[in-house]
Amino acid sequence: MARAATTADAFNAVAEPRRRQILDVLAGGERPVNDLVTVLGLAQPQVSKHLRVLREVGAVDVRDEGRQRLYRVNGHALKPIHDWVKDYERTWSERFDQLDVVLEELKEKEEGDGSGK
Amino acid sequence: MGVASSGTATVTLPTDEQILITREFDAPKHLVWRAWTTPELVKRWWHANRGAMTVCEIDLRVGGMWRYVMVADGGLEVGFHGEYREIVPNERLVSTEVYEGIPDAEEHAAIDILTLAEVGERTILTVLVEHPTKEGRDAHINSGMEAGMQDAMDLLEQVASSLR
Repeated sequence: MARAATTADAFNAVAEPRRRQILDVLAGGERPVNDLVTVLGLAQPQVSKHLRVLREVGAVDVRDEGRQRLYRVNGHALKPIHDWVKDYERTWSERFDQLDVVLEELKEKEEGDGSGK
Repeated sequence: MGVASSGTATVTLPTDEQILITREFDAPKHLVWRAWTTPELVKRWWHANRGAMTVCEIDLRVGGMWRYVMVADGGLEVGFHGEYREIVPNERLVSTEVYEGIPDAEEHAAIDILTLAEVGERTILTVLVEHPTKEGRDAHINSGMEAGMQDAMDLLEQVASSLR
């Protein structure tokens, strides 16, 4: 699958291990930044930096609740990565569609030979 | 005859190093096995409508080699080869798989495990591809993409519902 050579897309955003870790944590539900600091064992400025990258590509959304900023995953921004596997899946689907045709022939041949079940 | 396609292939990534491909076929497993292991038959389906197979060699014995080469419609030639490790006719086929288009290809060989299970007159086929590394696995799925970014797959399982 071709993709644009830009740094500001979901692929690059999740290429960084710490950011994947953040997404993993947020996949379990909405979290304030302090939770992420605790789980990741990073300083808050670093976590905030990663969150900013993820926000720029739309991979996470944020909202304010009282004095807290809550972050959550945005599945739509991650859809291109999902599609990446789908493309591989399509190759196999087409391969298997051809295999269906071959199998149909083998079945008919077997029945014709009287050697089939 | 004229039986409709049994469905699409399902691809999942059970671990960072694995690819699992599943598909059901409207045929008994001995025929699926035959179509999978006979060069003249493999040549008819393996191309996935994306080109033509120019080489299809199958030496079906433990220690025997296989080699597939395809020229894609755009002219790109891709080659794969491997060695058979385990053969249980009509049921299970284990082989190595080397993608010839990468440096140090042999070191990055994957293990392919084909299993066929018959249910009624139908066959459930699975192919489990195990790479030594996650990078190899990712390269297998798409060599054109930078490796090392697909841990998000696990996550995507969980967020998939939001895409529906």
